[in-house]
Amino acid sequence: MDHSSRRSFLSITAALTGALGACSKTEDTAQNAEAPSRLGKPVSGYGERSAHETSKRGFRESKTPEASSSRTPLEDLYGSITPSALHFERHHSGVPDLDPATHELFIHGLVERPLALSMDDIKRLPSVSKVYFVECSGNSGGEWGAKRAPTASAGHGLASCSEWTGVPLKTVLAEAGLKPEGKWLLAEGADACRMSRSVPVEKALDDALLAYGQNGEALRPGQGYPLRLILPGWEGNTNVKWLHRLEVGDQPFMTKDETSKYTDLMADGKARIFTYEMDAKSIITRPSGGQKLSGPGFYEVSGLAWSGRGRIEKVEVSTDGGATWQQAALDEPRHSKAFTRFRLPWRWDGSETQLLSRATDETGYVQPSVEDLIAARGQNSIYHNNGIKAWQVGADGAVGAQNV
Amino acid sequence: MFKLVVFTAALAALSLPAAAQNYGVGRTPSPDEIASLGATTNPSGKGLPAGQGTAKEGREVYELRCKECHGPEGKGADQTSFLGKPEQLQQNPPVRTVGSYWPYATTLWDYTNRAMPFDRPGTLTADQVYAVTAYILFLNGIVEEGQVLDASSLPQVQMPNREGFVPDDRPDTGVAGK
Repeated sequence: MDHSSRRSFLSITAALTGALGACSKTEDTAQNAEAPSRLGKPVSGYGERSAHETSKRGFRESKTPEASSSRTPLEDLYGSITPSALHFERHHSGVPDLDPATHELFIHGLVERPLALSMDDIKRLPSVSKVYFVECSGNSGGEWGAKRAPTASAGHGLASCSEWTGVPLKTVLAEAGLKPEGKWLLAEGADACRMSRSVPVEKALDDALLAYGQNGEALRPGQGYPLRLILPGWEGNTNVKWLHRLEVGDQPFMTKDETSKYTDLMADGKARIFTYEMDAKSIITRPSGGQKLSGPGFYEVSGLAWSGRGRIEKVEVSTDGGATWQQAALDEPRHSKAFTRFRLPWRWDGSETQLLSRATDETGYVQPSVEDLIAARGQNSIYHNNGIKAWQVGADGAVGAQNV
Repeated sequence: MFKLVVFTAALAALSLPAAAQNYGVGRTPSPDEIASLGATTNPSGKGLPAGQGTAKEGREVYELRCKECHGPEGKGADQTSFLGKPEQLQQNPPVRTVGSYWPYATTLWDYTNRAMPFDRPGTLTADQVYAVTAYILFLNGIVEEGQVLDASSLPQVQMPNREGFVPDDRPDTGVAGK
């Protein structure tokens, strides 16, 4: 096909596809790339992302998909806020369909005045908006073994960060009037299994939030619509979704999810109980497992760091397998108990290497290696693996897990 | 007498200044309404409802409602098994089951009551929950086959791993000297 006949073929194709309302990639794109003469889509009620963007949460096939989890694709995200549609999920008996017009929160037990609050009642109370991460304490649970997760999502994707809007729990507890002997709260969801956890009253009166908003709109159903408990910095499971009941008691209730699960078995056969705080942690998300460097030259190494005990103070990055460490720049503002984005300029020389990151929080705690964690705890504790994650960069630019 | 009650009430109110109601939103639920929200217990047995059951009765419930997922006589695969002993917690991988790990029998009652069977949670009667709890404990040699479990006897059951839990002593790494 010579030049002129190819041109006429293309114009016929363009006319045909134009008539069908489609846009063919084989068109003469120099003229049509931005299509200034062609009208785009009209306004719409609720926005959708570009058809070119396909990032999704990952999850395994399961016989019980209602009691399963989906993982945030950390490697695809920018900044420090997780889009609500990509926030990780961990459900125990599926996502209930709750009507906010009839949903109520009950507060009872060791209180002066039992209360039933409608969603309208709750929204009348003074609210705050705060940025907090939520991380399942089982996140990185596969990293105890020798074979490490191949992608950021697979190893660290049970962590997400949102701006949550809600009423401080202490406001509502003051309304109900805690009795002096009230030391623990049972927080119960309205899902089919009424998932429940015990919360010490000190946390309830500190920074606990009754959240109805997430990233500027109502909570997503998978995040507890219309109301969830947010316990900043504490393991995800305690952030009870679909919250409908708070019972004040004089001792912990010892529910299934704080005894048989979410307890950390040590090498000596004893298990830590009520391991609430999430320790400081970080991961490089770009370049990370599954991605490929296109050739030697400049790249920005970027990732996320967070701590359940406060602000991120420092993130160090090693581009030579841990031989030397450089301090990364941190995006501001750095919120307490929230994702902080870190960045380090890097020039790849084309040789095989390893990329690592290490976070320090405002308490001075330094993210340990997985080997340090194993030395302290053994390999049976499942939960609370906040060890340093290493990415192997091959000479061909392919990035993958560094197995041990 | 009436004066004394009023005086005591006034004292109580004075001693709880933080309990003053600030916003006046919400309504006061009735005791019946609160009771209808469902039972929750703790290791003391508080809140356990009337009813009772034995392992013998529990076997029938188990066969009908539990066996499909948890296997015959509690010998389910993977995480569905109920059987084990605390000595198996130091194995690799460890055995974490009702028999080997769970510290309180009240937890088994509460979880069965609120969350089981998986596909129809909350559909067992109180008697059935006591009975199937007894059966699972019997399979582990923790109670006798004819032992009656009810609101007063269930909290008395001593679980093999009752002393197996320790407080969170982190940070155990990441700080100077660790």
